[in-house]
Amino acid sequence: MDADKLNKEYEFTIKIKRYDPQVDKAPYWKDYKVKITASTTLLDTLFKIMEEQDPSISLRYNCRSAVCGSCAMLINGKHGLACKTKPAELGTSVIKVEPLPYLPVIKDLVVNMDPFFEKLRAIKPYMITDEANWPEKEFRQSPANHRAVDQYAGCILCGACYSSCITVWTDKNYLGPAALTQAYRFVIDERDIATKERLKLVDSEDGVYRCHTSFNCVEACPKGIKPTDAIQGLKRKIAVQKIKSLLRIG
Amino acid sequence: MIHKHQVLIIGGGIAGMGAAIEAKEAGLDVIVVSLTHPVRSHSTCAQGGINAALGNHPEGKDDSWEKHAYDTVKGSDFLADQDAVELMCKEAIPRVYEIEHWGASFSRYEDGRIAQRPFGGAAFPRTAYIADKTGHQIMHVMYQRSVKLGIPIVYDRLVFKLARNEDRVTGAIALNLITGELEAYQADVVMIATGGYGRVYANTTNSINNTGLGMVLAYRAGVPLQDMEFVQFHPTTLVGTNILMTEGARGEGGYLRNRLGERFMKRYAPEKMELAPRDIVARAIWTEVLEGRGFPGNYVHLDLTHLGKEKIMERLPQIRELALDFLGIDMIYDPIPVQPGQHYSMGGIAANKKTETPLSGLYAAGECSCVSVHGANRLGGNSLLETAVFGKIGGKEMVKFIQEKGPHNDEESVRKALEEAKQEVEELLNKDGDEDLFELMRELRETMKEYVFVFRDEKGLKTALDKIENIKKRYKNIKIKTKTRHYNLELERAISLGAMIEIAEAITYGALYRKEFRGAHYRTDYPKRDDKNFLHHTLLYRQGWDKLPKIGKKPVVITKWQPVERKY
Repeated sequence: MDADKLNKEYEFTIKIKRYDPQVDKAPYWKDYKVKITASTTLLDTLFKIMEEQDPSISLRYNCRSAVCGSCAMLINGKHGLACKTKPAELGTSVIKVEPLPYLPVIKDLVVNMDPFFEKLRAIKPYMITDEANWPEKEFRQSPANHRAVDQYAGCILCGACYSSCITVWTDKNYLGPAALTQAYRFVIDERDIATKERLKLVDSEDGVYRCHTSFNCVEACPKGIKPTDAIQGLKRKIAVQKIKSLLRIG
Repeated sequence: MIHKHQVLIIGGGIAGMGAAIEAKEAGLDVIVVSLTHPVRSHSTCAQGGINAALGNHPEGKDDSWEKHAYDTVKGSDFLADQDAVELMCKEAIPRVYEIEHWGASFSRYEDGRIAQRPFGGAAFPRTAYIADKTGHQIMHVMYQRSVKLGIPIVYDRLVFKLARNEDRVTGAIALNLITGELEAYQADVVMIATGGYGRVYANTTNSINNTGLGMVLAYRAGVPLQDMEFVQFHPTTLVGTNILMTEGARGEGGYLRNRLGERFMKRYAPEKMELAPRDIVARAIWTEVLEGRGFPGNYVHLDLTHLGKEKIMERLPQIRELALDFLGIDMIYDPIPVQPGQHYSMGGIAANKKTETPLSGLYAAGECSCVSVHGANRLGGNSLLETAVFGKIGGKEMVKFIQEKGPHNDEESVRKALEEAKQEVEELLNKDGDEDLFELMRELRETMKEYVFVFRDEKGLKTALDKIENIKKRYKNIKIKTKTRHYNLELERAISLGAMIEIAEAITYGALYRKEFRGAHYRTDYPKRDDKNFLHHTLLYRQGWDKLPKIGKKPVVITKWQPVERKY
């Protein structure tokens, strides 16, 4: 590695959408000029600004390695994790940073995630089994089923997909991509026994049928999860369940 | 207003949620108060797996919890309390099954049983895993279970003070970041489950909120800290950012190579090679670097190129992505530059195998506690296990405590703590001195990295202590620029720095006291284990902000394994 090249600093203008509802009448943009290297993440850039220029900026953070889901925000109009985004890779020296849209702003980049978690709770986001008759050891689960579940269990609940979804913006009761994806995660888990109940929960106007497959959620997800696949999967399972009911075989 | 509950749990990681679940299932009124939402906890960062002698691996048929216990005791350099280790290793098996029953989708064998991989210092492959995202999923499963049970959780709360009276703990005070107001919680029992202090070091794998404030809550309330000199440095963290590259990478067959291309572990652990315990591998890497066989920039190579794309994508997808994102290196084709970095705290709040602390009604579980199951060095895969097992045990013990001791009605002590806390925050917000808060934090973290790292000696430790005392004095003279209370992170950092300084002092003071080499604590001026003088736990009793702690000793519990020389 070439140390000089690695340490070379470039100047960026970070425009942060500031808003303290207790003090400000409306959100406003504040610009910060900052020198960072090509490998500096946006999260570290924000810390640098806080430490050297303005410690009054508010944001959530923790793991700085894209697994805790704290620092989802809007970066130059796109959803992303601040810890996973490098300003130098965005192709512009002016970076606009905003809180996740469609969630109430607490202050600056910190939003109230309650609506997001309420919808997650609505789909019963936990495995349902016959608890009185648990096996002595593990439930058997095929490697193929583990892999299928794993695709969706990797969700970090950062809220990026939820806040990118046009339907979430227009229908406040819509469950949204993250909750539906988790519903599917349990529906396909061969250890779970509540498939019928789960499908009923999402088989509604505010459930799977509200999804207009605009794929914003797929683009927004920082973990490469495809909520639209999960939602389509739920629709198929619901259809199969209905046919089975008609034929009285399930 | 005072919030009243039977059980108050501070911290929503795996240990805290495990305790909350037990207490809730017993019908108690529980609340979890946490700085972050549970799924944002540092528990999510655990990668490689959780140890339990399930015997599922083809080479693990002869494994048993007793063998797991012996490996743990040997790994601890015989400082762990053997009764607690036996309990943990025995409970590991039903606990892993329980977490699986709650929904954890472990990696599997063809027959559907939980897969296991080899890990450092273990005689058998006994680490159950979910690719390299084990902590993430177990954390989510704990949260899912809490949703099922309807456990109330509040977050964006910085708990920074305990309330107590002469007899017992009575509650805690939190700064609600959202409103900026203080909140008082009164409870019959309190558990601290706030994780480690990694951020006291400049080079750490830990999350940003891991400041050690939770440990200091207990310390300031009169509970001793135990074995603080024992700090685990993980051998393989990404150069620069010190992001964790799981031990699972070596468990799956990865090699460590120096600048000359040598698998240098042959010189340090000829039998176990890359799968020697972490203290040994970290020291080996740092020796290579110090003796000029590392790469410029102080690192060696973690080479996985021979494992093949399929295995890496299936077993180690997360660390591949991390190395790609943060260094632009694809481990399928190129070796990864790694160096040791602070990773884990073997020490913590003095607690016993019931997670009880010496203060009646106060419990501590997970990394913030010192039970002690890790002694002088923790084995990989045993920290998720500790949080899972002792969180649950702590929950059960708290239920028993309430059944036996009943509630307290000492609202007065909680009000008093609230008033004191208000004054402390007021004083901090009014600070208008010359010292820069962030500069002090930087100096503290660099001091620990420089002088209290893998190799230690009296001169360096004394230098560190002087620097810490200097930072302590200057801390009184900081400036807080942000005077508004609403989500004031500068105030949060200032409160946390006060705790970080006390933690750094405790680690360094303990390291100066322990004139021997044991596990992760290597004194170049005393390079031999000294069972005659130091086969005991170190206790540190706080004497006040301006004074050094008082040192006490606690005997090591030995059930069946007498200390022998540790070879791998």
